[in-house]
Amino acid sequence: MDQEFIAEYIPLYREAAVLTVKIGFAGIAAAILLGLICEITDYFRIPVLKRVVAVYIELSRNTPLLIQLFFIYYGLPKLGIHTNAEVCGVAGLAFLGGSYMAEAFRSGVEAIDAIQEESAYSLGLSRFQTIRYVLLPQALTISAPALIANVIFLLKETSVFSAISLMDLMFTAKDLIGLYYSTTESLVLLVVFYLLILLPVSILGSVMERRLRYAGFGV
Amino acid sequence: MPETILEISHLRKLYDDLRVFEDLSLTVHEGEVIVIVGPSGCGKSTLLRCINALEDIQGGEIRLRGEPVSKENRNLQSIRQKIGMVFQNYELFPHMTVLDNIMLAPVKAQGRKKEEVREEALDLLKRVGLESKADSYPRQLSGGQKQRTAIVRALCMHPEILLFDEVTAALDPEMVREVLEVILDLANQGKTMLVVTHEMQFARAIADRVIFLDEGRICEEGTPDGFFDEPKTERARKFLNTFTFERKGAKN
Repeated sequence: MDQEFIAEYIPLYREAAVLTVKIGFAGIAAAILLGLICEITDYFRIPVLKRVVAVYIELSRNTPLLIQLFFIYYGLPKLGIHTNAEVCGVAGLAFLGGSYMAEAFRSGVEAIDAIQEESAYSLGLSRFQTIRYVLLPQALTISAPALIANVIFLLKETSVFSAISLMDLMFTAKDLIGLYYSTTESLVLLVVFYLLILLPVSILGSVMERRLRYAGFGV
Repeated sequence: MPETILEISHLRKLYDDLRVFEDLSLTVHEGEVIVIVGPSGCGKSTLLRCINALEDIQGGEIRLRGEPVSKENRNLQSIRQKIGMVFQNYELFPHMTVLDNIMLAPVKAQGRKKEEVREEALDLLKRVGLESKADSYPRQLSGGQKQRTAIVRALCMHPEILLFDEVTAALDPEMVREVLEVILDLANQGKTMLVVTHEMQFARAIADRVIFLDEGRICEEGTPDGFFDEPKTERARKFLNTFTFERKGAKN
C-alpha cells in the first residue's frame, strides 16, 4: 500500500465525506418528515390522500434508489424543473426513505393496544392529548430501533449518488481508481471514511434506543 | 330516595349481527354499590364500556346526572371525567411513573394545579399503601400494585361514579385481596360504584344490589343475601352452582 498516496488524497475524501454527510442527513430529515406526514394521513384515514400514500409507499419501496435518482435527475428538467444534482440527491433519498420511515412509524402506532387509547379517553383526555401524551411517546419508543436502522440504511444508500455525478465518497474512489489504478488505497480509504461516518451514528443510535426505551417525555 | 346518578334506559347494542342488549334499563342512585355478575359473554363488560361511550349504542339512552353520554355529545370529554373506569389489565401508561400516570388527566384534562394534584395523588397513594412507589414505573410493580395505582388514577379525577371491570381477573390470588380491600374501603366512603366481578364472596360483601345478567338481559336483581341464598330464577341458581364444588365419591 502506498502511504504517500493515502496521505495525499485524504483531504479529497474528507471533502467528499462532507458532501455525503450533508446530502445524507438532509435527505434523512426530509424522509422522516415525509414518513411522518404519510403516517398521519394513514392514521386519520384522510380520504384520497390515504390512497396516494399507499401508492407512493409501494412505488418507493419496490424500486431501486438508482432508478429513482435517474427519474428525478433526468425527469425533472423535462417537466421544466431545473435543479442541481445535490437537490436531486436529497429528493431521491427522501423519496426512498419516506416510505421506510412511514412504515417504521406505523409499526410503532399499531403496536399499541387499542385499549391504551380507551384508557386515556376514559380519563377524559381529548384526542389530541391522547396522541400527544399517551400514544406518540409509546409509538416513538417502539419505532426507535426501526427508525435508527433506517437512518443507517439511508446513509449507506448514498453510495449510488455518484451515478448522478455527485462528487461523493464513491465517486471519489472510482475517480482515483480510474486515474491511477490505485485500487487498494482508494478502496481502503473509501471503507474507512464510510465507517467514520456510520460508526458514530450507529453507536449514538444504540445509546438513544436505550434512553428512549423508558423515557417519559415529561408531563 | 337518594339522587339518581346514572340512568340507562332501553339500551340497545349490537355487534354487527350479534345482539348484546335488546332493551336494558338500569338506574344507579348516589352512594349505591351495584355488583353485576353473570356468565362470560353475557355483556357485563360491554355494559360498562357503553356507560363510558367506549362503545357505540344502537338505541336507548344513557344519562349521567341527566346529561346524555354519547359520542355525539360535545361534552363527552367532561362527562368521561366524571366516570372513573378501572380495567381488567390495569391499562396504566407504561412510559410514565406511577405519579405521572395519576397526574396526567387531572392536570391536562381538568386543568388543575400541578402542586395540588401531586399532593392529592401522594395522599391517595399513601392510603392504598403505595407511597413508596410514586416514582416507580408500572413495569416495576406487581399486578396488585398496578391495579391499586389504576384505582387511584381514577379516584384522583373525583368521579361521580366508578366502574370496575373484572379488576381482579388478571391477578394472583394473594393480590386479589389487597385490591378488593381498596374497593371495599371506597364503598365504606359512600362512593357510587358499578362492579363487574367473578369474586362471589366479595360481591356479597360489597353490594347494595346484585344484578344477574344473562344473554344481555337483567335476569334477576336483588339484595346480595336474597340473590346468593335464594336465587329466584333457575338460570341464576345454575350459575351460582358453578362456584360450589362437591365430591361424589367418599374421601378416605
